[in-house]
Amino acid sequence: METAIEVSDLTVAYRDHPVLWDIDLDVPSGVLMAIVGPNGAGKTTLIKAILGLVKTAAGQVLIFDKPYEKQRHRVGYVPQRGSVDWDFPTSVLDVVMMGLYGKIGWLRRPGRRERAQALDALKKVGMDAFANRQISQLSGGQQQRVFLARALVQDADVYFMDEPFQGVDATTERAIIALLRELRGRGKTVLVVHHDLQTVPEYFDEVMLLNVRRIASGPVADVFTDDNLRLTYGGRVAFLKAQQSKDDVPLAKVG
Amino acid sequence: MTIFQLEIQLVAAVVAAACALPGAFLVLRQMAMMSDAISHAILPGIVVAFFLTGDLSSPLLIIGAALTGVLTVALVEVVNRTQLVKEDAAIGLVFPVLFSIGVILIARYAGDVHLDTDAVLLGELALVPFDRLVLGGYDLGPRALYLMGVVGLTGVLFIALFYKELKLATFDAGLAATLGFLPAVLHYALMGLVSVTAVAAFDAVGSILVVALMVGPPATAHLLTDRLARMIGLSVLLGVVSAVSGYWLAHALDASIAGSMATMVGVLFGAAFLFAPHRGIVAVMRRRVRQRWTFAQKMLTIHLLHHEDRPEAERESRIDHLQEHLQWSADFAGRVVRQSIQNKLVIRTNGHLALTEAGRRLAREAIVQA
Amino acid sequence: MDLFQQLFTDYTLRTVALGAATLGAVSGALGTYAVLRRQSLLGDAISHAALPGIALAFLLTGSKLPLVLMLGAALAGWLATLLVMAVTNMTRVKYDSALGLMLSVFFGFGLVLLTFIQKLPNANQAGLDTFLFGQAAALVQRDVVTMAGLGGVALLAMGCFWKEFKLLSFDAEFGKSLGFPIRWLDVGLTTLLVIAIVIGLQTVGVVLMSAMIIAPPAAARQWTDRLGLMVILSMVFGALAGVSGALLSAGTTNLPTGPTIVLCVSIVVIGSMLLAPNRGLIWRWLRDRRSGRRLRLEAVLLDLYALAAQHDHRDHPHAEAVLDAMNPHMGPTRRKLQALAERGFIRPVEPAQWALTPGGIAEAERLLRSRDGGEGEREKGREGEDR
Repeated sequence: METAIEVSDLTVAYRDHPVLWDIDLDVPSGVLMAIVGPNGAGKTTLIKAILGLVKTAAGQVLIFDKPYEKQRHRVGYVPQRGSVDWDFPTSVLDVVMMGLYGKIGWLRRPGRRERAQALDALKKVGMDAFANRQISQLSGGQQQRVFLARALVQDADVYFMDEPFQGVDATTERAIIALLRELRGRGKTVLVVHHDLQTVPEYFDEVMLLNVRRIASGPVADVFTDDNLRLTYGGRVAFLKAQQSKDDVPLAKVG
Repeated sequence: MTIFQLEIQLVAAVVAAACALPGAFLVLRQMAMMSDAISHAILPGIVVAFFLTGDLSSPLLIIGAALTGVLTVALVEVVNRTQLVKEDAAIGLVFPVLFSIGVILIARYAGDVHLDTDAVLLGELALVPFDRLVLGGYDLGPRALYLMGVVGLTGVLFIALFYKELKLATFDAGLAATLGFLPAVLHYALMGLVSVTAVAAFDAVGSILVVALMVGPPATAHLLTDRLARMIGLSVLLGVVSAVSGYWLAHALDASIAGSMATMVGVLFGAAFLFAPHRGIVAVMRRRVRQRWTFAQKMLTIHLLHHEDRPEAERESRIDHLQEHLQWSADFAGRVVRQSIQNKLVIRTNGHLALTEAGRRLAREAIVQA
Repeated sequence: MDLFQQLFTDYTLRTVALGAATLGAVSGALGTYAVLRRQSLLGDAISHAALPGIALAFLLTGSKLPLVLMLGAALAGWLATLLVMAVTNMTRVKYDSALGLMLSVFFGFGLVLLTFIQKLPNANQAGLDTFLFGQAAALVQRDVVTMAGLGGVALLAMGCFWKEFKLLSFDAEFGKSLGFPIRWLDVGLTTLLVIAIVIGLQTVGVVLMSAMIIAPPAAARQWTDRLGLMVILSMVFGALAGVSGALLSAGTTNLPTGPTIVLCVSIVVIGSMLLAPNRGLIWRWLRDRRSGRRLRLEAVLLDLYALAAQHDHRDHPHAEAVLDAMNPHMGPTRRKLQALAERGFIRPVEPAQWALTPGGIAEAERLLRSRDGGEGEREKGREGEDR
């Protein structure tokens, strides 16, 4: 299978404090991969380093065998919802159209075609009725779906999503899962920073366990083991796994 | 040096010291711009109180005007509570209104009062020696000296009495509240002290330069020490140095004394910014360069450790591979390898690098640390 | 009105009005971004820091050409901004302290230069101190032309990079991932802000110019949820306040221009915060009162339903006194009961006894359903966990 994302020897440091240490990661194309790890493990930093948003001390990143700068048009990004000011005076449709700004080019404004594309993306996340709403009137889950729609209009082959499930309602969670599966169905690759261990086997094909270093990565069935989780989280994992078996989460891949 | 000059410097020094005391807490509590708001907003208070008392150094005026300062703090909070504007905008909306009212009052009644807009901005430090405190026929010196002395002592007393509480409320307001220290009360008490100090200093240095004296010396001291008590002491000292050197700068240029004091505040800060032992940018830069090399060596050892005894080790340990995979320039990679060999972290055998025992230990330690 | 007529005939008044309108419009437009990006107080620092720039420009060139002085002001304002960034990025000194320090030190140094210039044996220096509080009456055509030229360029640049600046202000990191040179856009937008500030200095003065950056956008934000409209409204508010303040001050002796304009624009802000539909405080108060009343009516209806549920017949009547006792903090329930009766939900049975009507039973059941769940219903409101 083709490799969508290839990270090799990636190191990111804040002064001499390492945030990511010598990370190697291959993500095959067409899979949903979760990045999990404790707080401060560098999950968000990893995504940002791949996207060139933070300076790296060493290492390289290839998207479909070429550096990110050359493949920008094939990449979609969903930042953390809390990273922007939702009281900003703008509409839902406007925010979604921002995903097209890179393609529109300088000095041009989004037009009818861009509006149609944005509306289309909003429909996919069930938010088309909100197109003209001011963004501060949205619930947390709705904000998340707007961000997803913005990434969808980027019409990318590889998507990076930073904690899309963070604090969303059940409807949104279902919408995101449906969307992820649809993307996979169309052969897209999605890398998701995730913090809910219980849902990893249900939602994802592959998983990367990260705690400053890469602990393990690969198909969920091979990698998502007690030993690896203990290596990633330290002692706390016993509790997490106990809860998981009690809730009897179906381990079979759904899709 | 004439006695007048001495008196002016003395007053300037006391003003600077009195401002530095509450200023240290403003800087630490990230409310420095509050001093800007308060020192502007007290102007209408001063003008109105002056109309009523007719005396710029009357205690009534000081208390009345200081109340305007506290009112400003409350007003900013009210505007904030509406959530209609962001916090920084709230500050920026409130004080210009009050300041404008003050300036207009002065301009309209300029003929009637001994106050003008220049005095508002500059203060009248040069005139300080002419207003003397005479008690029972004895000339005790400039009145401003006593006024500022009392205000400064109030500040000392306040900080000495509530040192523990202020320290806790500054570094952990939540804990202070659970311990029953009422951080809100302390906050307003501090704002009251800032206001009283600003009103008293206003006459000498004007509204905007009060900000320089409140924020500058503590910010400079913050670059020089980590200890709160030392920072307060240092702030006072730096304030006094700025005041006295500022006076002589003004003397040399025949320019505004207050402006020169602010300039000296800036010069001292600039010196600390560049040359402070640990936090100045020269020291920081030097440290960062050193860190970059030691970090790169660590990175190299970890990279090698990572792939040691693996099938890819052959490829990953090649020197020319470093450039390709770690994205290091040939120059940089060469230097890192040389340093690592020098430090006996790695050994080189025909184009391949291997870890020494020390290198392996360093890599393991680095990983555990991370 | 006399003044209004003069506006068209009197050269000075017309110049003053045009200058003030330009400054208000440009600072209103660029101030919008400053306020949205939480850089309100940076405007304060830039305008104060402009003073030594003006004085140095004069000292070095001996010229009082507006373009020369504005260039000096802009360079000094930029330098202060850079220093604020450098200090916050490279040391432990926080943003607010860095702002306060640069603002007051630059201003202090400006005063040193100004007092120094005043003592120079040169008659030409008069008028520099009008930069402190501004003097609209001193504006001449040359000044206004310069202001309009610079302001026009700034507005044009804002229009050209509209979507880029919007992206920068809303989600800079996303913009960076799209490949936009975010750092350069930031530099560009800050430069435009500096331009907006320096063209107002002669009219409003360095001390109060920051209000012209903050107040018009703060007022405009209350009326609209669209960036484009916000910019336009902010320009209108800024221009209106500028013109009215400048004219008032030019027509009155001893009324400094800067403070007068600031008071005018502040009145607009207060009015907007109170009166604007949706966001305005009065509007909000009325809405809270209405919804509070509705909630209280619903509470009484549900109480009656709960009482009735204990009987075989849902329309079993209950005494007003019982309902009073169930809601001790609400006061007497009689008026609420009457209001419910008017809506047909309940009917009086005998004096002070009330029973549910079929419509009332249906309404109570609908309310209970919507409170228990129904995600669609709840999603319309905001979810509590987010804020």
